[in-house]
Amino acid sequence: MDWQALALTLKLAAVTTAILLAVSVPLAALLVLGRSRLLAGVEALAALPLVLPPTVLGFFLLVMLGPRTSFGRALTTFLGHPLAFSFAGLVVGSVIYSLPFAVQPLVAGFAAVDQPLIDAARLLGASPVRVVLSLFLPLARRSLVAAAVLSFLHTVGEFGVVLMLGGDIPGATRTLSIVLYNQVENFDYSAAGRTAAILLALSLLALAVIYNGGRSSGGSLD
Amino acid sequence: MIDLTLDARRGSFHLQLACRFAAEWTVIFGPSGSGKTTLLRLLAGLDRPQVGRIVLDGRPLTDSPSRIFLRPGSRCIAMVSQQPSLFPHLGIAANVAYGLGSLDRKSRPARVEEMLDLVDARHLVDRRPLHLSGGEAQRVALARALAPRPRLLLLDEPFSALDGAASDALLARLQAWTAANGTQTVLATHDATDALATGAEVALLKEGRLTALGPATEVLAAERGRLQTRLG
Repeated sequence: MDWQALALTLKLAAVTTAILLAVSVPLAALLVLGRSRLLAGVEALAALPLVLPPTVLGFFLLVMLGPRTSFGRALTTFLGHPLAFSFAGLVVGSVIYSLPFAVQPLVAGFAAVDQPLIDAARLLGASPVRVVLSLFLPLARRSLVAAAVLSFLHTVGEFGVVLMLGGDIPGATRTLSIVLYNQVENFDYSAAGRTAAILLALSLLALAVIYNGGRSSGGSLD
Repeated sequence: MIDLTLDARRGSFHLQLACRFAAEWTVIFGPSGSGKTTLLRLLAGLDRPQVGRIVLDGRPLTDSPSRIFLRPGSRCIAMVSQQPSLFPHLGIAANVAYGLGSLDRKSRPARVEEMLDLVDARHLVDRRPLHLSGGEAQRVALARALAPRPRLLLLDEPFSALDGAASDALLARLQAWTAANGTQTVLATHDATDALATGAEVALLKEGRLTALGPATEVLAAERGRLQTRLG
């Protein structure tokens, strides 16, 4: 068992989920509360990773973050090392790849909050930030849980973006999916079976733990 | 005092009026679909007119030529609708205190108690919004709206879930409170008894147009006479 790859996978999923929630809550709130026509474009852009093949996304990111573009060169100069083929690069790729899995449940949850409640809060002087904190988050707790679960599990299982953007560097970019791929390529099916079983158990455990937490804390408003 | 010039379209409905509400209490009277709620939402800033100007006590709230549009929370306006819309995840006291952000924290509990006393709902303070009856929820919603002491109070058939005696008693308390606090009130209703009970100025609204504005007895008597003539 490649414990290093397991630890890296969990770390990547946890960091990605935390960043995604921090980014997606205000983005989803903007999509629900905003009136600008430009928001349709923003929503489409946020949903793009759903339909884009992961390898295509990984390729674009590899090119964009690499030395071929002025942006990539500037970033490399700023960071002191290239973002591609590093853990930070994997985080960037994972955040973009899993963005719709965090944004869409949140948009659905926020949009389900009754408009008269939002109107009442606005009339009582609530700013958009207060509407999000005092109404959206408590009333859409299940959506928040769903966004966290989907982001985490989607990152744990990602392969195409990781391979394109991170390659296979032990301790830095080698995740369990890459380990599984290597094991299958080497016809080591018994090891691959164990790795696959770990990924399956991890997914089931995360679902069970987080849904159970969501049910006990957000199942009833009473 | 409210000065209004409004032109607002909502689908096929067209609200168009220019008037002044100078009385302490004004009742917008008209049948369902006449534009009462639309007018209140425009006053509250929940909707924008295509063209319009709303001035409250000399302060422009909406002025489309000048691109002035104050957000609802900056208008010193409270609104209570038929649907109480209490925040279901908050307790009764937290609901009433929701709009008291500008009041110092120590003063908030006293204000909450004062408002719950006013609407005779202090005994509900330990209940949850989902466990209140329709009438109880409307009382709490009224307390929540009044707590920040608004300059203008908009009521959209807010006593529909209360029986006649309870409604009259609450209306009397509310009128005394608004008079004492200098709060102008606009009440939308399709019930003539509400209009008469307030003894207010009545604005008669039909299909998005203001057809009469004056003392309740005069406007409603004229409307009654017109209906009797029409029915033969």
